[in-house]
Amino acid sequence: MFKLWLIPLLPFLGFLINGIFGRKLPKLVINAVAIGSVVASFLWVALVVGPSTDWGEHKVQAHYFTWIQSGNFNVGWDFAVDKLTMIMLMIVTGIGSLIHIYATSYMDHEGGYYRFFAYLNLFMFFMLNLVLAANYLILFVGWEGVGLCSYLLIGFYFHKKSATNAGNKAFIVNRVGDFGFALAMFLVFINFGTLNFNGVFAAAPGKPVETLTAIALLMLVGAAGKSAQIPLYVWLPDAMEGPTPVSALIHAATMVTAGVYMCSRSSVIFLHAPAAMQVVALIGLATAVFAATIGITQYDIKKVFAYSTVSQLGYMFLGVGVGAFSAGIWHLMTHAFFKALLFLGAGSVIHACHGEQDMRQMGGLRKYAPWTCLVLACGSLAIAGFPGTSGFFSKDAILTAAYAHAPWMFWVGVVTAGMTAFYVWRAFWMTFWGDYRGHGKPHESSWVMLAPLMVLAVLSLAGGFLFNVPEMLKDMFPEHGEVPEEHMLMAISVAAGLIGIALSWYMYVVNTELSGKIANALGGVYRLVNDKYRVDEAYDAAIVEPIIHGSSAVLWKTIDQGVIDGAVNGIGARAQNVGGLLRRIQSGNIRSYATWVLAGSVVVIILMGIAGGVR
Amino acid sequence: MNLLDLVILIPAIGFLAALFIPRANEQFIRLFTLGVSLLTFVASLGLATGFDKNAAGQQFVTNFVWIQNPEIHYHVGIDGLSLWMVLLATFLTPIAILISWTSIEDRVKEFFALLLLLEFGLVGVFSAWDLFLFYVFWEIVLVPMYFLIGIWGHDRRIYAAVKFFLYTMAGSVLMLAAIIFLYTQAGTFDYVTVLDQLQSGRIALSHLQETLLFLAFFLAFAIKVPLFPLHTWLPDAHVEAPTAGSVMLASVMLKMGTYGLVRFCLPMFPVAARENSGWIVTLAIIGIIYGALVAMVQPNMKKLVAYSSVSHLGFVVLGVFSFTQVGLDGAVYQMLNHGISTGALFVIVGFLYGRKHSLLIADFGGVATAAPWLSIMFMITTFASIGLPTLNNFVGEFLILQGAAIRNFTWAAFASLGVILSACYMLWMYQRVFFGRAAGEPEPADDHGHGAHNDHAPVHTHAVHGGHDSHGHGMPDLSLREWACVLPLVMMMVWMGMYSQTFLPAVSAQDARILTTIEKGPQASNVNITPVSGGSAHAR
Repeated sequence: MFKLWLIPLLPFLGFLINGIFGRKLPKLVINAVAIGSVVASFLWVALVVGPSTDWGEHKVQAHYFTWIQSGNFNVGWDFAVDKLTMIMLMIVTGIGSLIHIYATSYMDHEGGYYRFFAYLNLFMFFMLNLVLAANYLILFVGWEGVGLCSYLLIGFYFHKKSATNAGNKAFIVNRVGDFGFALAMFLVFINFGTLNFNGVFAAAPGKPVETLTAIALLMLVGAAGKSAQIPLYVWLPDAMEGPTPVSALIHAATMVTAGVYMCSRSSVIFLHAPAAMQVVALIGLATAVFAATIGITQYDIKKVFAYSTVSQLGYMFLGVGVGAFSAGIWHLMTHAFFKALLFLGAGSVIHACHGEQDMRQMGGLRKYAPWTCLVLACGSLAIAGFPGTSGFFSKDAILTAAYAHAPWMFWVGVVTAGMTAFYVWRAFWMTFWGDYRGHGKPHESSWVMLAPLMVLAVLSLAGGFLFNVPEMLKDMFPEHGEVPEEHMLMAISVAAGLIGIALSWYMYVVNTELSGKIANALGGVYRLVNDKYRVDEAYDAAIVEPIIHGSSAVLWKTIDQGVIDGAVNGIGARAQNVGGLLRRIQSGNIRSYATWVLAGSVVVIILMGIAGGVR
Repeated sequence: MNLLDLVILIPAIGFLAALFIPRANEQFIRLFTLGVSLLTFVASLGLATGFDKNAAGQQFVTNFVWIQNPEIHYHVGIDGLSLWMVLLATFLTPIAILISWTSIEDRVKEFFALLLLLEFGLVGVFSAWDLFLFYVFWEIVLVPMYFLIGIWGHDRRIYAAVKFFLYTMAGSVLMLAAIIFLYTQAGTFDYVTVLDQLQSGRIALSHLQETLLFLAFFLAFAIKVPLFPLHTWLPDAHVEAPTAGSVMLASVMLKMGTYGLVRFCLPMFPVAARENSGWIVTLAIIGIIYGALVAMVQPNMKKLVAYSSVSHLGFVVLGVFSFTQVGLDGAVYQMLNHGISTGALFVIVGFLYGRKHSLLIADFGGVATAAPWLSIMFMITTFASIGLPTLNNFVGEFLILQGAAIRNFTWAAFASLGVILSACYMLWMYQRVFFGRAAGEPEPADDHGHGAHNDHAPVHTHAVHGGHDSHGHGMPDLSLREWACVLPLVMMMVWMGMYSQTFLPAVSAQDARILTTIEKGPQASNVNITPVSGGSAHAR
C-alpha cells in the first residue's frame, strides 16, 4: 500500500550496483547511486509514508512472503510502521543521507571508494529492515545484517591487522549477545506460539512473571551486545578502526542504538518483568559511569567519543530501565544528532591535521578550521546538556524519571553528566584552543563535509524542541508514575554540566599543568583507568587464551589424536595381527585391493541381476 | 521406467561407457562425464517439478522383484525427504567434475568415471526402498570414494583411505547383520513391508531386540555422520582427498548417515529411538562444541572445515532427536544447507590449493588484494556457514535450535554456543587467509605504524583498483570455469536462505508423517509410510 519495501530496497539496489559494477564506475556515478538511493529512501519516508500514515498514527502492516514455515512455526517477511518505527526511519534515513554526503568528500582519496559505499548502502538496507520488522525474526535479520556491515566496515582497511582484529572482535562479541537474543526468541515462540509483535504483545500481560523475566533478561543480553553495554561493550572502542563516517553512522547514531530500540519495542514484556527492568537500569547506569571515567583519560579523539557513546547508550538504557521508554528514545534521537556531529566533526579535525588522531598533537585549530570549531562547539554543548540544546531535554527527561524511580540513580546520573561535559569539553579545548602542536599546516575541510555538519549542528541545538518525542509517543508506552515538573532536578543536572565545562576550561585552557599533576598524584589509579581498566586483558586471560590453548592442547592433541585415534589405531593394529586381509590392506598394496573390491562388487551385482531375472 | 529410474541409470551407463573411451582422449572424457552429469541433473530437475508436494509418501515409484529368493526388490521412489537429497547429489556432481578439470592429471579416465559411479551410488542410496538394495548402494558409494582418496589423494592418502574404509565398514557390517535379522523376521527385504509389519506388530520385537537393532543401524549411520566420538576418520579423509572427493564427501556422503537416521532408525524403532535420545543428543551437543573448538585451532584449512562439519552435523543429529516437527524439518533442511555451503568451502579451498599448493593457513594472507572476487565468494560462503540470516544455514540452524528448545531448553542453550564458536573459527581463518598482506609483499614505506594514524593510514587496496596487478602473481582471480563452479552454489545459498518455501513444504509433509508414526509407536498400523502406489511407475 505504501510500498514499505521500497524503503530498504532502494539502498539495497545501490549496494548491488556499486558492489558489482563499482570498480569500473566513475566516482560521480558511485556518488549518485550511493547518495541517491539513501536520499530517495529518506524522501519516500518523509514525503509519502510519513504524511499518509499521519507519522505513524495509523499503523500500517504489510506481509510480503512466508519466509520460514515448519509445523506451527511460521514467520513471514512482514513490515510494520507505527510512531516508534517512524521516528527510527526518519533518524536512520535522515542521518544516513547526511553521512553519505559527508563521506563522498571524506573518503575521496581513499582506496576502495566503491566498496565503502557499497557496504554503507548494505548497512542502510539491514538497518531499515531492523526498524521496519513486524516480528522478532525479521528484526533479527536486520540485527545480524548490520553486524555484518559493521564487521566489513570496521575492517575496511583490511591490510591492517588491528582493523581486521577489531572487525572480528565486534562480530564475535555481538554473537555472544545474539546468543542471548536467539534464546529469547526460542522462549517467546515456546510461550506465545508466534514471533509476531502483535501476537506476542497482546498475550504478554497474561504470562507468568518468571517467563517474561527470563525472556527480557535474554533480550537484554542481545541488546547489551549490540548497544555496547557492560559486560559486552569491549568491541565498540576498537570499532574506531573503521573510517570516521562509519563511526558516526553505525557506531554512534544508528546501529548501536538498536538494543535500545529493541527493548522499547518489547516494552510490554519488560514492563511485566520488573526485576528485568531493574537489571536494565542498573546495567545502563553502571555502563554510563564506567565509560565516562575512561573517556576522561583518553587522548585519541575518536576514543573519547567512542567511550562517550558507550556512556550515552548507558543513559538510554537507564531511561528504558526506569520505565521512561519515550525518554530513552528521545535521547536516542538527540544523541544521533549530536554524536554524529561530534564524530563527523572529529573526522574534519583529523582531516585538518593530516590524519592525526592524538589530541596532544592538535591544538589551536579554531584559527585554521573555524567552521569545524563552531559546529563542534554546538555538538559539545548539546551533549553537555546546556539549557535549550537537544541533549538538555532528553537527558533531563531520563534523569527526572530516574529520580522518580530511585533518587540515588538520579545522583549517579548527574555525576555522569558532569563527567560527560568535562571530557567532551576537554577534547574541545585540547583540539581548538592553545597553539597547534602537530605537524604540517592544518586546513579547513571542504564544503561537502561542512554542509552536513551544519545541518547536524542545527539539529543538535534545536532538535529537542523541534521533535518532542515523549509527546509523539505518549500513547505507545504506558504512563510511568507521574513525574512532577521538578525544576530543582533540572537545575542540578544543568549545573553539573556547567561545572564540567568550567572545570575542563580551567584545566585545559587556564592551568594546563594541573591535569598532569592530578594524573601523577593518582598514579596507579590513573593508569588503570587510562588502560581502560584492563578489561580486554582480563577477558583475554580468562576466556580467550584458555579456550584456544585448551582446544589445541587438550581437545585436539590429547583427546582427538591421542585418545580416540589411539583407540582406533590400536584396534586396527590388533586386527592386523589376526586378520590376513587387514594386513594386506595396511601393507599399502592399495591398487590390488582396490581392484579386488571393485571386481567383487561388479560380480556380485551382475550375479544378482542374473539370478533374480530382471523383469 | 520412470524419471527416477533414468536419474539412477544415466550415471551408471555413463560410468560404463566412460570405461570404454580410450584413455588418451582426456579432454573428451572430461566433456563426456560432465555432459552425463549435467544430463542427470536436468533429469533430476524433472523430479522436483513433477513432485506433488501435497501428496505425501513415495512418488516416482518403481517396484519389482529383482531376486526371487531371497526376495529382494528393486524398489525405488522418492518422498519429501529423499527428493532434495537426490537433487543435492546430482547438483554437486557436475561441480565436482568441473573443479577437477585441470587439477587431475593422473589417470584421468578412472577419476572422472569414478565420480559418475559415486553419483550413481548416491542417487541410489537416497531412492532405495528395499533394505538390501539400500545396502548395496551404500557399499557402492564406498568404493569410488575409497579410490578417490587412495589414488588421487595427498601424501598420507593410504592411511586416510584405509581409516575411512575400516571405520565405515565396521558400521556397515553391523547394519548388514541387522538387515538380515529383519529379513529372517519379515521374509522380505522390502522396506515398506518390513516397516508395515513392525508397525502393525506382526513382527514382535522384544525390547532388547529392538534396542540392539536400533543400535546396529544407528552405529552405521553415526559413523557416517560422523557423530562424536566416531569422527576421527573425517579430518584425515578430507585433508588427504582431492578437492572433488572432499566436496562429495562433505556435501553428500555425510548426509547418508543423517538421512539413514531419519529414514530407518526413527520409523522402524521409535521406542528405542526415544529411549536412547538422551545420550545421543548429549553426544551431538558435545560434537557441536567440540568440533567447533577443535576447528578453531587447526592450522590446515581443510581440517578446519572438516571439524566444522563435525560441529554442523551435530546440529542435524540434535534436530533429528528432538522429535519435534520444527527440529526435524530444520535437520533435514540443514543437511541440504551444509551440503551447499561446506561444498562451496571445499571448492574454494581447492581453488586456493591450486594456486599455492598449500592448505596451511599460515602460507596465505592478502588474498583479498590479489583475487577480490574469489575473496567475496568465500566471504559469502563463510557467512552462510556461520548462519547469517538471509543465507541458507540460518534457516536450518534456527529451526533445529527452536525444535531442541521446545523439547528441552537446556539443549538449545548449549547447542547455541556452537553458533558463537562458528563465527570465531571461520572469521579467524578468513582474516588470516584473505586479509593482511601476502607473504613477501612489502609494507608501504609511509605506513609507520603510528597507532594514532588509524583513520588515514595509507592503504593500498589494489583489490579496489582492479583485478590483476603486479601483486596478483600466482593468485589470479576466478576463471570462467571456477565461476561456473562457485556461482551456482552461492546462488543456492541466497535462494535457500531467502525463500525456504521452495524446499521446506515437501520436507515438512514427510517429516510430519514420520513423526506421526513415532508418536503412535507400534500397533498403529493405519498410518505409515506406505507408498501411494505399490505397483510400478507412478508420477504425480
